[in-house]
Amino acid sequence: MSKKIIELVNVTKRFNGVTAVNNINLYIRENEFVTLLGPSGCGKTTTLRMIGGFEDPDEGDIFFDGVRINDVPPYKRNINTVFQRYALFTHMNVYENIAFGLRIKKVPKDEIDRRIKRMLKLVDLEGFENRHVDSLSGGQQQRVAIARALVNEPKVLLLDEPLGALDLKLRKEMQIELMDMQKNVGITFIYVTHDQEEALTMSDTVVVMNNGVIQQVGTPVDIYNEPVNRFVADFIGESNIIEGVMIEDFVVEFSGRKFKCLDKGFSHNEPVDIVIRPEDIDITEPEKGLIQGVVTSVVFKGVHYEMLVEGGGFEYMIQSTDMAPVGANVGLTFNPEDIHVMKRGS
Amino acid sequence: MKNRARILAYPYIVWMIIFIVVPLLLVLFYSVTEGNINDPSSLSFSLKSYTRVFDIMYLNVIWKSFKLAIISTLFCLILGYPVALIISTVKARYKNIVLMFFLVPIWMNFLLRTYAWMSILSPNGFINRLLTFLGLPPLQIMPGQTAVILGMIYNFLPFMVLPIYTVLSKIDKSVLEAAMDLGANKIVTFIKVILPLTVPGIISGITMVFMPAVSTFVISQLLGGGKELLIGNLIEQQFTVQRDWHFGSALSIILMIMILISMAIMSKVEKDDGNGGAPIW
Repeated sequence: MSKKIIELVNVTKRFNGVTAVNNINLYIRENEFVTLLGPSGCGKTTTLRMIGGFEDPDEGDIFFDGVRINDVPPYKRNINTVFQRYALFTHMNVYENIAFGLRIKKVPKDEIDRRIKRMLKLVDLEGFENRHVDSLSGGQQQRVAIARALVNEPKVLLLDEPLGALDLKLRKEMQIELMDMQKNVGITFIYVTHDQEEALTMSDTVVVMNNGVIQQVGTPVDIYNEPVNRFVADFIGESNIIEGVMIEDFVVEFSGRKFKCLDKGFSHNEPVDIVIRPEDIDITEPEKGLIQGVVTSVVFKGVHYEMLVEGGGFEYMIQSTDMAPVGANVGLTFNPEDIHVMKRGS
Repeated sequence: MKNRARILAYPYIVWMIIFIVVPLLLVLFYSVTEGNINDPSSLSFSLKSYTRVFDIMYLNVIWKSFKLAIISTLFCLILGYPVALIISTVKARYKNIVLMFFLVPIWMNFLLRTYAWMSILSPNGFINRLLTFLGLPPLQIMPGQTAVILGMIYNFLPFMVLPIYTVLSKIDKSVLEAAMDLGANKIVTFIKVILPLTVPGIISGITMVFMPAVSTFVISQLLGGGKELLIGNLIEQQFTVQRDWHFGSALSIILMIMILISMAIMSKVEKDDGNGGAPIW
């Protein structure tokens, strides 16, 4: 495992008495692509801005490469940021924008030239040196902002919802480009987004936040398949969250019957929340199903149908390429590994 | 729709013609004629009024007008920029209050403000009484150029502060954060980002201060004590005392041309490096 480059210890930030970030602990390893994910107001941007040095934590410490940096101003941190609305210098052309940081560091002219050439190639903007930034499209401006930050060869790059202003197609392209860039330059990326799909696509590690508290840290697969609580399950993808009781290890009861599952370590008869992803449920003939129900709604989504089935005291959402019409009696089946048992949240 | 909008513009066009175009043409007409203005038949074409302007005495007056206007514009810029910067960094809650402090004097009558300065600067005014009270020798500020410059700075400072403040307040805070992020401390951020982005505001401010300053006659009359004759006073005298409308008109036209030339130079400067932000007019 590579070493920890950034570490947050018991960090709290309040704005006018409102707690934005509440006592979080987090470390980020070198060369990792980490995403802070959560709804707006969850504290993800505040966390990023504290790492960048634009906000001071009220409590706790931030370490960079093992050194406490709470009191180090942004211009002395070996960290660069790609801002949400690009924040390009509108009085400069593309070349001067990218050269800004290097000129301040008094890098020799020919080296500035060389590094900018390489950056423009990396972000696919060769020949745009003398263009005025106002004349660029959103995607191009975004790439200038990325080049302007990356050209300084920071150890850590912070990205604050950098693709938020782009349309869907461009966003998808830029996601792939950013992932490639991160692999090529070998820099730690800390990425903030509220888009769970973006987080799952791009990250090595996802940090899910809500109300200023870290809910779960894990790989995209872990976060999706093993959400630790109702919030994470609900925020990441579509899910059926059913209340149930953990009878004993590997046996859980919900919708009026007992099911085999792979979860253990709960106390006897502990009330739990159960997550079953809509795509993990199949529909069959009623007598073959684990749960019987009636189809109440069918929506065609392109790749699959999305159906609601009323049964077992719950309305299950099912995503399937098979379709049953509204009013049909169906059975629902799923495998023990599709049942995810979580501790009941407060 | 388009026609109806055009109808709405007619009163304004009539107004413009009666009060701006016609007087301008009359000024132009008087400047290129000579004779008795009350007897139209005696008027004949002549450029004598223009050649008179090149008398060394009048050239000196024009030179002095420009000198005083440039000095007071520079001082307005030096004083006004930091003021605008401070107002723009004040917390939003107090911003309007601070802005009010700078705007309230504008609401007072221009003459009243200048008279107030007379009572401060005059030989028996507030400053000299204070100095005498402290046992110090009195100062001879008024009448004089210093008093005129002080009066101009005081009266025109808000016209420098406002346009600069407007442009400053439009700068996206994240642009300043980006500069810091890229290694610029506060001073470098100011020189490399804030200052260039506010060039349009500076240009507007300079224009709005310089134009009234170069053509003023009230301030120079009251605070200069009649000793500091500026081009504005000269023009006023031609129309009121000398009754020489031809020469007065020629002086007005020349002043106008010079202002237009300075503005053209200004807007050229603005186009060259003031790409950021929109000028306020």
